Amino acid sequence: MPMEKIIALTINGQREEGAFPPHRTLLEALRGLGHVDVKSGCEKGDCGACAVLVDGVAIDSCLTLAWTVEGQEITTVSGLGDLAEPHPLQAAFADSGGVQCGYCTPGMIIAAKALIDRNPEPSEDDIRLDLSGNLCRCTGYTKIFEAVRTAATTMRAHGGKA
Amino acid sequence: MYAEFELDIPDSLDGALGIMAAGAAKGVTPLAGGTNLIVDMRAGRERPVRVVGLGKIDELRGIVCDGDRISVGGRTTVADLLYSPEIAAAGPSLVEAARLFAGQMVRNAATVGGNIACGSPAADLVPPLLSLDAEVTLVNGSGTRSVPLDEYFLGYKRDLRGQDELITRVSWRRPVERSANAFYKLARRKGDAITVTGVAVTLSAEGERCSRARIALGAVAPVVMRAKRAEALLEGETLGFAAIDAAARQAAEECQPIDDVRASAGYRRHAVEALVRRLLTQTRDRLI
Ligand SMILES: Cc1cc2nc3c(=O)[nH]c(=O)nc-3n(C[C@H](O)[C@H](O)[C@H](O)COP(=O)(O)OP(=O)(O)OC[C@H]3O[C@@H](n4cnc5c(N)ncnc54)[C@H](O)[C@@H]3O)c2cc1C
Ligand code: FES
Ligand code: FES
Repeated sequence: MPMEKIIALTINGQREEGAFPPHRTLLEALRGLGHVDVKSGCEKGDCGACAVLVDGVAIDSCLTLAWTVEGQEITTVSGLGDLAEPHPLQAAFADSGGVQCGYCTPGMIIAAKALIDRNPEPSEDDIRLDLSGNLCRCTGYTKIFEAVRTAATTMRAHGGKA
Repeated sequence: MYAEFELDIPDSLDGALGIMAAGAAKGVTPLAGGTNLIVDMRAGRERPVRVVGLGKIDELRGIVCDGDRISVGGRTTVADLLYSPEIAAAGPSLVEAARLFAGQMVRNAATVGGNIACGSPAADLVPPLLSLDAEVTLVNGSGTRSVPLDEYFLGYKRDLRGQDELITRVSWRRPVERSANAFYKLARRKGDAITVTGVAVTLSAEGERCSRARIALGAVAPVVMRAKRAEALLEGETLGFAAIDAAARQAAEECQPIDDVRASAGYRRHAVEALVRRLLTQTRDRLI
């Protein structure tokens, strides 16, 4: 059994620790710590269900070893808001019908959050480019793109803040 | 995922090279974005015993313009290329390849060094870099060497990198003469699809005459290749339909495609001819 190391991560603003072997992916580590809002789909970089922000950058947690992000800030979809106070993206996804089974939604919202943070006024092409690593088997994408546009508009109206 | 390996994550290049040198006998596998390596480890295609993570080595990431030379660090990501105004000016084919590369999360992690080192004939950054006459810089504990990318690949997934060497950068001379550079990726979709045929072209012109031509072809041979006989049909010639047509047919002649799950060899050969003709025409029209 390979040696485990105690790895500290800041997850949605909260410092957490876990003992992980070198091969443990960030996806497995997060779900093991109870962050099951991060979904496991293909585990090979194709679907984007496992997307999280690492220091603000969206990556597939299934392709990332937990050791390599030691000490960094991880944001999962739950870190953006909750039922009482949803993030504009969460609200727009729910309102527009951009969620059907919901499996792709956490990753979609994370990818969209990274896009809007970088580019507050994304064009249709910008949205398609930034969501090109997120697969949805239910919605046909139209309502997802609509939700991202709506959320971007709401956030601009609030001066870029959620 | 389960795999047994030792993992070091040094924060300097010297640290990484020390680990590479010490472990060279048994083999040390560099880990950059992990977008190939983790997938291959999970599938059991790669079973490294010792892995060195490059993620904390900041000196390996970045794009530097020094006079007419442009250098891209080995750990520079595909997304870094996509957003770089320097690359847009010094190698627009690379920006196009970055845009059509995987999906956003993979672009954020995948690196230039990893794309070259993986040795895949379908690696999308390689045709643009070959069309720019790029050089690869390899470093180990005892020194540095630079080799033309054109000589780097020895065969299917085989390259001349030594066990203890890292790709620290890839660099090329920014063309001072009038030139145009373009890339086209033929694949099932624009996002998240493996290349069926990739073509990158650089044309330089003096008046209406071609002074330099580079035609690089992806996914139509065991390695990404240059169509050198097709290039020779253009250099010194007037950039008109006749020369372009002859070069396109010659490129289709000299590629060595195979049948696989994505396309037949015949289709790929046809695609090479059509795409080389299209890109040569487009780049010519930008010059003349
Ligand atoms: C869903 C998905 C889609 C993809 N789509 C594309 C695509 O459209 N086009 C494309 O070209 N590729 C694609 N890829 C493949 C992959 O993303 C690229 O080849 C990428 O550039 C690899 O870089 P990396 O940093 O992730 O490499 P890693 O996986 O970290 O490493 C790959 C190999 O290179 C070696 N290596 C890495 N860095 C160095 C270095 N500096 N020096 C020496 N050796 C090194 C490693 O040891 C390993 O053998 C895709 C992958 C996935 C998972
Ligand atoms: S589970 Fe990570 S991309 Fe599919
Ligand atoms: S809502 Fe079901 S996969 Fe997207």
